[in-house]
Amino acid sequence: MNFIKRREFTLFILIIILILLITLRAPRFFTFSNFKDILDDTAILFMVTFAQMLVILTAGIDLSVASNIAFSGMSVALLNQHHPEVPIFVILLLSIMIGFIFGSFNGLLVAYGNIPPIITTLGTMSIYRGLVFVLSKGTWVSAHEMTDSFRYFPRVNILGISLLLIISFMVIIIFYIFLYYTRTGREIYGVGGNITAAQYVGINLKKIKYLVFALCGGICGLSGFLWVARYASAQSDSAIGFELQTVAACVIGGASITGGSGSVPGVFLGALFLGIIKNALPVIQVSPFWQMFIQGFIIIVAVIINTLMSQRSQQLIMKKREL
Amino acid sequence: MVNKNKRGIKLNIAEWLIRWETILFFIFILVIVINSRLSPYFLNYVNIMNTTFNFTEKAIIALPMIFVIICGDIDISVASIIALSSVFMGLASTFGVQTGGLILIGCGTGILAGLFNGIIITRLKVPAIAVTIGSMSLFRGIAYVILGDKAFTKYPSSFAFWGQGYLHNTRIPFQLLLFVILALIFGLILHKTTLGRKLYAIGNNPTAARFSGIPVHNIRLLNFILVGFCSGIASLLLTSRIGSTRPNIADGWELEIITTVVLGGVAISGGKGNLWGVIISIFLLGFLRFGMGLVNVPGKVMNIVSGFLLIIAILLPEFIRNIRGKILLGKETIKGGYKDETSSL
Repeated sequence: MNFIKRREFTLFILIIILILLITLRAPRFFTFSNFKDILDDTAILFMVTFAQMLVILTAGIDLSVASNIAFSGMSVALLNQHHPEVPIFVILLLSIMIGFIFGSFNGLLVAYGNIPPIITTLGTMSIYRGLVFVLSKGTWVSAHEMTDSFRYFPRVNILGISLLLIISFMVIIIFYIFLYYTRTGREIYGVGGNITAAQYVGINLKKIKYLVFALCGGICGLSGFLWVARYASAQSDSAIGFELQTVAACVIGGASITGGSGSVPGVFLGALFLGIIKNALPVIQVSPFWQMFIQGFIIIVAVIINTLMSQRSQQLIMKKREL
Repeated sequence: MVNKNKRGIKLNIAEWLIRWETILFFIFILVIVINSRLSPYFLNYVNIMNTTFNFTEKAIIALPMIFVIICGDIDISVASIIALSSVFMGLASTFGVQTGGLILIGCGTGILAGLFNGIIITRLKVPAIAVTIGSMSLFRGIAYVILGDKAFTKYPSSFAFWGQGYLHNTRIPFQLLLFVILALIFGLILHKTTLGRKLYAIGNNPTAARFSGIPVHNIRLLNFILVGFCSGIASLLLTSRIGSTRPNIADGWELEIITTVVLGGVAISGGKGNLWGVIISIFLLGFLRFGMGLVNVPGKVMNIVSGFLLIIAILLPEFIRNIRGKILLGKETIKGGYKDETSSL
């Protein structure tokens, strides 16, 4: 019975209800190919949400993810445009590396500069976004300026599943193993749960804080390439506002903004929930302008629920102690 | 003011020189000198007065933001509150509401938005960061829902005075006067009333403040309402100045406003900071951006500078505090105890 009370279960039921409601309005929503499209569309959100989750677990936040995606995406798009001979796996590695360096910059400022994550990444969000503009001089890289192998990379079909989705699920699985079964992964939870206790048991706080931002940056770099390749265009404004979607997916999935709690399945469902809503709006003929509103509304409701639930569980612990 | 410590012992000069406000003031002078070298028209009374149009709206929001940050909170929804107020004013204007009504609607929307943030933060005890990230999306989302890709451009002609007008027979913008009045009010509250002292107490230790009988939650709620109110005023001035409303109005302003406050020496962890530093920082950043405009730096590149300034503004005081601590350590024995006012770093 215990699993019924869990956040993941509630969210799962919510998603089923959501799908049923949408299907009532638009029956063509409930088709296999549409669900595959939703997964494909949400694949990048899945990855970046897990990157964001790493940071949120340590009670931080990374607002620079979208700018990081835009920059690494633009860099590799420009490279592909001017040097089409560079092989695709070099581009892939380069993209991850650029993202990792940007993430490391955040991590250094937070861990060794003692700047609160929200302020650091609010600053670097603008810096990275500005750098995209400087790098591209305000121009776009469009589909016809990219090589075919670059553009079709996310669309490569393996047993009917796109490579994009496969990469995304591989990242999720690696994440799951990393967070649940490695020492560093448990230390990340420890730092967010109780930073003083974490220090006393000998966890290197600075290292962990640096690491989460650097890893987050690396995944943003990977997503940057996939984003540009999938949408076949790189612009200064690519992925603008995407950081809020990742934060929303995390808090819907039950990750607490104060750190220390959040599960991989929960956050996965959170991202899926957001992905379905995003995909359903045009299907049920709601203007896409509603998306930002819905997203903000969901964030606020989710953080309120998270806070109330953690307060209740704390009260329960206190009661148990009295007995 | 900045140099009130100048009288007295010689050693005070060293202390004065390494004060954050002093350093800011010298950078400010430097920016003015560079600007006047860049353009012969810069150091001109009319020009300088007109330059202030570019930053008084942000400056007006920076004032209550000092309170919020001193209390250890943050509000990153301010730019979205501007958009929300502006959209409601535009909507009302298309229904024929006149200037007086528009002012009420603009400020009222701001107050309600601030109340919304404040209630959730203080009554439900949700962290301010989490709530204002959500409301940042929510408020601008409402603006997008109402406006879509359209714009409101019909405003009554008397409405233009608020953002574009000058004082009678002078070249002083009305906006600037409004800012000076608000700055005086906020300065008096912060530095001369018990409410001001309570803000510092909350920022330094909210639990201790609560136990000494300070209504912590009500004061924090008031802060968020004040931020909303001032965002409403800023929205009114901005909408009147540019004469149109689009949903992406004031996009990215939260960064600049928070940068201004932090650069002014208000500690992001709360409990420290004063009005003078922020005032200098407002003019410093305003003229800096204007100077960059003189040499045709694009807006997005200016944002890079803003971002770096924000980071430097937090790293540098820490660095200076260390040096300052070393100098003061030697001094303490001479002077017989150093009283660290909240007005310093």
